[in-house]
Amino acid sequence: MSFQAVVFYVLSLVLIVAAFRVVTAKNPVHAALYLVLAFFTASGHWLLLQAEFLAIALVLVYVGAVMVLFLFVVMMLDINIEKLREGFWQHFPLAGTVALVMVAEMVLILSSPEANLAGFQAGPAVAADASNVRELGRQLYTVYLLPFEAAAVVLLVAMVAAIGITMRKRADSKYINPAEQVRVRRNDRVRMVQVQAVKPEADSASDINEQQA
Amino acid sequence: MLSLTHFLVLAGILFAISVLGIFLNRKNLIILLMAIELMLLAVNYNFIAFSHYLSDTAGQIFVFFILTVAAAESAIGLAILVVLFRKLDTINVEDLGSLKG
Repeated sequence: MSFQAVVFYVLSLVLIVAAFRVVTAKNPVHAALYLVLAFFTASGHWLLLQAEFLAIALVLVYVGAVMVLFLFVVMMLDINIEKLREGFWQHFPLAGTVALVMVAEMVLILSSPEANLAGFQAGPAVAADASNVRELGRQLYTVYLLPFEAAAVVLLVAMVAAIGITMRKRADSKYINPAEQVRVRRNDRVRMVQVQAVKPEADSASDINEQQA
Repeated sequence: MLSLTHFLVLAGILFAISVLGIFLNRKNLIILLMAIELMLLAVNYNFIAFSHYLSDTAGQIFVFFILTVAAAESAIGLAILVVLFRKLDTINVEDLGSLKG
């Protein structure tokens, strides 16, 4: 067995166990961490398939950004796991059967001689100084320029939508608008009142003093 | 020697596991989102395996776009989840019946 085959089988084992733990873990935080492991292992597989740029992008985008987002949300929500786990294994026989049938069908189709998948041989080995990133970049910025810009717009819309959905005005907020504060002039706050100076009458003042006494 | 079949079968197994996960975690929205991410990963495997064995980078470009859309999807999905939890104090799918569907 070649070195690549050994790496493939070890990574596959880790990937399958991790994926299974993602869907069966009791604690959502554990599920998120197993998902990180699954993505990491997948990026190893993609390196075997010489998709270097995507392998790195998977680690950076998924492990670095999406999974951290997942962890943030999981830890922020205070959920009652016991209630969500009620009857968890109740549908396992049916679900397991469906999953097994799916795998069996895929194996049957993929291994049948008619599919002729053995005819797909890996192409000629790429040169040692060939750059996967350079090749992908060249294609992205020439052939796929319009889809690339559409993807950028999708990300922008997603960002605006995520902020717009979660934004809220708190009723008890003591927020002060700095622009309004700076714009304030003296006349907005101070009211000038013309008051006539009045001399207190001596008699009445002494009357009050006597009453109080 | 590794062949295309190896990778396609692995992707099939991964996909089946995520289907199993969707069956099992009918109530927990977070795990449902994670299972969807796993499904997309399984699909990406197929693209990259074919891209390698056909010596054509178009498959990798496609995976690049799938990654973009998946990132957007999970960001919006989690945002909806946060708002949902703020309003209803639950992420149980069975409690989400206000649309009377």
